[in-house]
Amino acid sequence: MGRTPGWNKKINGKTLGTTTMAEKIALKGLTKRFGSILAVDNISMSVAGGEVMGFLGPNGAGKSTTMRMLTGFIEPTSGTAEICGLDVTRHPVEAKRRIGYLPEGAPTYGDMTPESYLGFIAEIRGFDGPEIRRRIEAVIEKVDIASVLRQPIDTLSKGFKRRVGLAQAMLHDPEILIMDEPTDGLDPNQKHQVRKLIRDMSADRAIIISTHILEEVEAVCSRTVIIAHGRLLADGTPEELLARAPDHNTVMITVDADKADAVKQSLGDIETIKSIKIEKVAGRDGATRLVIRPTKGALIADAVSHLLHTKKIKVQEMYVERGTLDDVFRNITADGNNEAANETGNTAEGGANA
Amino acid sequence: MRNIAIIAKREIKGYFTTPLAYIFIVIFLALTGAFAFYIGGFFNREQASLVTFFRFHPWLYLMLVPAIAMRLWAEERKTGTIEILMTLPISTPEAVLGKYLAAWGFIGIALTMTFPMWITVNVLGDPDNGVILASYLASFFMAGAFLAIGSCISALTKNQVIAFIVASTVCFLFTMSGLELVLGFFRGWAPEVLVRTIASMSFLTHFSAVMKGVIDLRDLIFFATLIAFWLFANVIVIDLKKAA
Repeated sequence: MGRTPGWNKKINGKTLGTTTMAEKIALKGLTKRFGSILAVDNISMSVAGGEVMGFLGPNGAGKSTTMRMLTGFIEPTSGTAEICGLDVTRHPVEAKRRIGYLPEGAPTYGDMTPESYLGFIAEIRGFDGPEIRRRIEAVIEKVDIASVLRQPIDTLSKGFKRRVGLAQAMLHDPEILIMDEPTDGLDPNQKHQVRKLIRDMSADRAIIISTHILEEVEAVCSRTVIIAHGRLLADGTPEELLARAPDHNTVMITVDADKADAVKQSLGDIETIKSIKIEKVAGRDGATRLVIRPTKGALIADAVSHLLHTKKIKVQEMYVERGTLDDVFRNITADGNNEAANETGNTAEGGANA
Repeated sequence: MRNIAIIAKREIKGYFTTPLAYIFIVIFLALTGAFAFYIGGFFNREQASLVTFFRFHPWLYLMLVPAIAMRLWAEERKTGTIEILMTLPISTPEAVLGKYLAAWGFIGIALTMTFPMWITVNVLGDPDNGVILASYLASFFMAGAFLAIGSCISALTKNQVIAFIVASTVCFLFTMSGLELVLGFFRGWAPEVLVRTIASMSFLTHFSAVMKGVIDLRDLIFFATLIAFWLFANVIVIDLKKAA
């Protein structure tokens, strides 16, 4: 149970030592091995109340396995997972009381109706009498399943099934919400609704969602953790991660084709510019695009526009590229691939279903 | 206790929201009746007793109880609902007991529904109702033992067919272990103590004793101990799978 070295790491600028009240979830050197496969490799991190953490990673990265250890469904090979200061392995029932969990694929008892299913969950969560009714009604309204309450869950559409699963996770208004791909299989409207729900609930709760959809991270998450091959590869706000995109803050301008070289010349004066590339604009004769890359971390938009203005260069278009999380994700996880390949070999998640 | 009751309630409801309960009960009643009247020769014996009815219970349970037990855990694992169940604030023994008691209670309901047999034999003659009550009790406990074995084996796999076949086989061995067929296999090489232990495990021996009117509390204790042992093993299996 000793503290793993490297645990005292900086997250969001705060140095985290021991579990404080604000930290609702703490993983310390969490490791899971399925036979010869290392599914989760020494992950340490913490999530505070009010944070929505987006858990990203390629398939088989160990996201579900990590979530299963957090919720006490499986036990870690080594390391600990703490929920509100409670070790999940040693105080499983107390920890589980505080967690709302939506497992991967949102399994539910298919032969029950949403009404009886939620009734069962409410009872086992310790509610009594009129409080059961009240809880169920509140959650039904939140996820909008009033129209299907008395149909067997097996007969419902995928979207409704998922929402019944969400209702199950949120029914007891938990301090900790852990959701494995909460919007998977929902249509765009439902996705929007669920994301809004997550944002609304985030005020004083610690929420972890895993997802493949990177726009979702930008939409709801205050923090992003990327793992691949069971290892934590990046941890920061979506903005911080975006800054790692290769074309982050690249400035694109489009000018008349005959002036392109002259413009390139004059831009050469700005020191923070790393490179300028001239590109043809497809389908538009007489226009040329300049792709201006800044040196690492530099902001050049202001300098460029100032220079263009003083030199009275006519610009057809100008915009700043933010880069995409997709690129960041690909970069980070591809690197992780090479790094981890020597030790872990194959994908890890398969074993979790055993 | 509360959690066990809540889980058991959900499970029992589950039996009756699907055709499973009705089909099971109908087939159970039809088979117990058919065996008692046609194969057992209920009338030909010209005796007011239910021996011909109870005699076939071990063989019926051999097929029907593993059918109930196979789904207990294997289905939860297959559909993934085990991940919901085991992340609720309940302990593993509570989950195991809740599910087990629901299934046992359900078999109890099916068994109770054979009461017309009891009425019939009372109308026709003057049976020893003490023996009949003891036989019912023994039959219920024997079913409980089959069920505990089946529940534990169901926790080992997510494949219900495997759970059924393995549970039936293990139950078969327990049923037959008093007979020469099984004992002969051990007699050649195993020490006498082991052979006698195996023989004493026989469901058939314990059940027949009660059925014939030898009411001995030890027979019920035998089944109860077996139930406790297999349910304990069931809890261990589930906890081991968690750490695997």
